[in-house]
Amino acid sequence: MSTASSLTAKHPSTLRGARLPKWAPWAIAAGSVALGVGISAAAGLHSNIQWALIAAILHVLGTYVIAARVENRRQAKDRVVTSLVWVAFLLAVVPLASLVWSTVQRGVKVLDVYFLSHSMGVIADSEPGGGIYHAILGTLEQVGLATLIAAPVGVLTAIYLVEYGRGNLARAVTFFVDVMTGIPSIVAGLFILSLMLMFDMEPFGFAGSLALAILMMPVVVRSTEEMLKLVPNELREASLALGVPKWRTILKVVLPTSIGGITTGIMLSIARIAGETAPVLLLVFGSKFINANPFEGAQASLPLYIYQQYGSGEATAYDRAWAASLTLIAFVMILNLVARGIARWKAPKTGR
Amino acid sequence: MAKRIDVSGLTAYYGSHKAIEDISMTVEPRSVTAFIGPSGCGKSTFLRTLNRMHEVTSGGRVEGKVLLDDEDLYGTGIDPVSVRREVGMVFQRPNPFPTMSIFDNVAAGLRLNGSYKKSELADVVERSLKGANLWNEVKDRLNKPGSGLSGGQQQRLCIARAIAVEPNVLLMDEPCSALDPISTLAIEDLIGELKERFTIVIVTHNMQQAARVSDRTAFFNLAAVGQPGKLIEIDETERIFSNPSVQATEDYISGRFG
Repeated sequence: MSTASSLTAKHPSTLRGARLPKWAPWAIAAGSVALGVGISAAAGLHSNIQWALIAAILHVLGTYVIAARVENRRQAKDRVVTSLVWVAFLLAVVPLASLVWSTVQRGVKVLDVYFLSHSMGVIADSEPGGGIYHAILGTLEQVGLATLIAAPVGVLTAIYLVEYGRGNLARAVTFFVDVMTGIPSIVAGLFILSLMLMFDMEPFGFAGSLALAILMMPVVVRSTEEMLKLVPNELREASLALGVPKWRTILKVVLPTSIGGITTGIMLSIARIAGETAPVLLLVFGSKFINANPFEGAQASLPLYIYQQYGSGEATAYDRAWAASLTLIAFVMILNLVARGIARWKAPKTGR
Repeated sequence: MAKRIDVSGLTAYYGSHKAIEDISMTVEPRSVTAFIGPSGCGKSTFLRTLNRMHEVTSGGRVEGKVLLDDEDLYGTGIDPVSVRREVGMVFQRPNPFPTMSIFDNVAAGLRLNGSYKKSELADVVERSLKGANLWNEVKDRLNKPGSGLSGGQQQRLCIARAIAVEPNVLLMDEPCSALDPISTLAIEDLIGELKERFTIVIVTHNMQQAARVSDRTAFFNLAAVGQPGKLIEIDETERIFSNPSVQATEDYISGRFG
């Protein structure tokens, strides 16, 4: 307080007030962490979460008190909101980092080329060895087929809604897409299951693809719709004014301009359905053997494999489940990276 | 090449809102006709009815006749897509296609219409860029994106794109309003050259520009906000700016209102 008043005395300018030094936020953060650890040690608390929460609260309060004393109230509010944002950021990132960390830590134990290239064919859950080749194959085929169905239908629906849709039909389509977004995956699975029972069919991969396509379609429609709306109307008019028919304008001007965003949307929706377990459990059933034919016989899939291995309760099966989880995360991450790459590569160029 | 436009009794609507009412005029071939008037008086709407771009906006419809050399653009069996190939358009804001190179932008009209010979394409692009006075500036970077050009260059690129499909009429909707004076001068010079080959209609808010580039000038006005715009008078540009026959025109030109 005394330093602050002497500072303001030296600089009577109304534009210049006392400022906390640049390192102050870090010092406050370090101080509150130390205090948090100290308090929990003194009180005999053992949980990491408790000292972290105490530190977070101390950090926000401490920032406000110190800033309000040295600076003014507006600066203090500014600093409190900044520290709140940081606390929220850490709250979001720490669980994510810990999830990735523990998956990697436990997953690498059995993850090797043998694991990726062999099935569970002759191995009991309690035995070591075995692999996830059959599950990777199943996931790739089921998700691939679901994408082949859902992506074209979704993109075409979005084109209809943005470029042609007027009146009641468009409103109805939008409404049902919204309803579809809310369908729980188990319900989509039950819907296909009821059809399968009607025709007296055994579980097979493509049935799972159909349920996954139902889940994927509304996501594709929504994201593509947003991307198409971002295309400036001037480009459509420029093309139409050249005497280009509307369908060619959409094909050659509107879609190329938005293709990056559309691909990103499709990739993200693929990532979403790749982790679905419930419909696969109902419709594809799971299998220990390699079955490359998605149209006949039960298949495995990565999420289902993880569920079944974990459910078996054997230590060796736990390891396999973690390794499969790591593979699934890696698969989704690679998809996201590919999507970003495509989006950057296809983005409208501005260079000279 | 250039064709005459005869408009009679044209009324255009946006949904139930009447934007322009009962407009009749003749646009002479191989000349520049300028439209002036306050904002919202329907100049742009009228311009867009001349190549059936008006109906692209939802709820846009038109009553009346637009004759292009004795053929009614709104007659039965007329394909709006073919109309737009005959009557090209340049917009207020330069709008090159962002995914295409300079070459592809100029070639877009021909390519997207599917009516071209591959061997001719390079010739057409060169001829159009020369016609738009842009060739010397871009001939070394034809495969670079069109959005990397300056605003004035982009607008000339759009003009090159419009004339590449060899239309009969060129409509320009405030083509210089987003440009600096030097780029504006370049476009105005270009308009002077283009009128040898095309019928040109230009909407402008800049009265000096109308006086500089046009042979005939049409003045539009509206009685009040929400009322439809009307054609007040159309005459030789010199007469409109020196001795207009309607008082409202003189008031507008001399800046006494609007």
